[in-house]
Amino acid sequence: MMSRIQLCRRGLAFAAVFAVALLAAACASKPNDTLAGAGGAGFGANGGRGGPPGSVGDFTVNVGDRVFFTTDSTDLTPTARQTLDRQAAWLQRYRQYPITIEGHADERGTREYNLALGARRAQVVHDYLVARGVPAGRMHTISYGKERPVATCDEERCWDLNRRAVTVLSGPTG
Amino acid sequence: MPASRLAKTVFATAVALLVALPFAFREARAVVSIDITQGRVQPLPIAITDFGGGGDLGRNISDVVSADLKRSGLFAPIDHRAFIEHITNVDQPPRFADWRTINAQALVTGRATPQGDGRIRAEFRLWDVSAGQQLVGQQFYAAADNWRRIAHIIADQIYERLTGEKGYFDTRIVFVSESGPKDRRVKRLAIMDEDGANVRYLTDGDNLVLTPRFNPSSQEVTYMSYAGGYPRVYLLNIETGQREVVGNFPGMTFAPRFSPDGQHVVLSLQQGGNANIYVMDLRSHQTTRLTGDASIDTAPSFSPDGSRITFESDRGGSPQLYVMNSDGSGAHRISFGQGRYDTPVWSPRGDYIAFTRQLNGKFGIGVMKPDGSGERILTEGFHNEGPTWAPNGRVLMFFRDLGPGPYLYSIDLTGYNEQRVPTPSFASDPAWSPLLK
Repeated sequence: MMSRIQLCRRGLAFAAVFAVALLAAACASKPNDTLAGAGGAGFGANGGRGGPPGSVGDFTVNVGDRVFFTTDSTDLTPTARQTLDRQAAWLQRYRQYPITIEGHADERGTREYNLALGARRAQVVHDYLVARGVPAGRMHTISYGKERPVATCDEERCWDLNRRAVTVLSGPTG
Repeated sequence: MPASRLAKTVFATAVALLVALPFAFREARAVVSIDITQGRVQPLPIAITDFGGGGDLGRNISDVVSADLKRSGLFAPIDHRAFIEHITNVDQPPRFADWRTINAQALVTGRATPQGDGRIRAEFRLWDVSAGQQLVGQQFYAAADNWRRIAHIIADQIYERLTGEKGYFDTRIVFVSESGPKDRRVKRLAIMDEDGANVRYLTDGDNLVLTPRFNPSSQEVTYMSYAGGYPRVYLLNIETGQREVVGNFPGMTFAPRFSPDGQHVVLSLQQGGNANIYVMDLRSHQTTRLTGDASIDTAPSFSPDGSRITFESDRGGSPQLYVMNSDGSGAHRISFGQGRYDTPVWSPRGDYIAFTRQLNGKFGIGVMKPDGSGERILTEGFHNEGPTWAPNGRVLMFFRDLGPGPYLYSIDLTGYNEQRVPTPSFASDPAWSPLLK
């Protein structure tokens, strides 16, 4: 849990700079953020303003740490592939981080099925990054099913943000 | 005669019973009875007198008996203020005419007496008012702090004598207690009596815990925990607190359940993008893979005779219910209605499989026969999930989240008598214990 909380703190700090920084969603408890429109787009090309090159903030903000899925799907969208291409390039350049890929589902599914669905999403990202040259041995996958929503409204705009796979630059956490 | 063992533990037993109380009357076949196989039943008017015996003890016991029976929806306890006869000596037959006058069809009299050694003695008699006959008469000894269990056992005996079905009041619920906001929810394993009393926490909330399930034959639960960042299925002895990982699987294990004999755990193992069902023998630690196709196979649940397993799989494109033999052979789909079907749970009676169905954005709790026929949805809305059976197979519990957080509900197999089950905070993933021993 520690690294997750730290990650959220960072996200809040960036939010002051980037109103659309998705990590704000990760820590926001109010549903009507401006974040819903982000939808997985809009990453990158921010000229390193998320932090020094090679930092976690750089990865999170400038590369984009997460990809989103359509309802009940584990297919990578074109936007998701672009994000993962950037991730793969960055992760090969900065090799000091352990990598955990978290798979998540929205709340519209049963607990058990969503655990498997989240695992599938994490696996799809894992396999894509391996195909783009990230060593499998650096990566660990974990599914949280529907247990770790970042957006908490019972509406489509929140579900869109929760169906995600997040590439976290740390080891596994409980 | 089911004489219960005395146990020293915090959680278990310590009700020693049972001497049938002799009377001048021969115990009769109930004239008064309830047919609970039909839909909505007219609750049976029953008078439950104060068990007296000094202090609050007698009143407390009869209040819990009364609350149990009322909550079942099958009984209508009569207000004490309507009573004409005030029982002063439970060894004397009641004045049946007085009870007929207030339309009581059944009468419960009893007495609770402290024994001076820390134990109490509780006696009760169940009377058929119109026939003027005793139906049940028994006495129990138990540690004084076990008085609620005595009340539940008495309620079970009344329920069984008048419905012909085993009761379910002397049982516990293990569940996940939830606190905190939705995006930082803290989940703890908890256990309580079937009526919501005596809540105790089994884990401290440091790790995410999910889907606890009772061992049908011992004080043990299997559940999923993210301890150490590795989601795994665990066993927990709820008396000793001893915990162990189930098996040495090379990935996430989840959705565990015991076999009916309590000697095996069936669960899902995540293997890449697929979830497969495995069974592990808890004595030999031998594991056997039961499914292996490229799909999500999960939520396995044994039939009560152990010969078959129902589970959900998306091998056909969307999650549906399947039944296979317990060796993994003969898998076939049983759900063919509209929508997605998840979390099948085989009734302890064997006659139904309960499930969660998703259709048009709604989550319903339903039942179908093991061959897929006779499907009925008992309750529907956003968001119901995760049914569990009372040990008599007549009542289901599930959780419902209307937005802020989940609570536990119970509903009869008939679809009637839906009730919220009291919990101190949000609660999910209920699992009903077998009748305590």
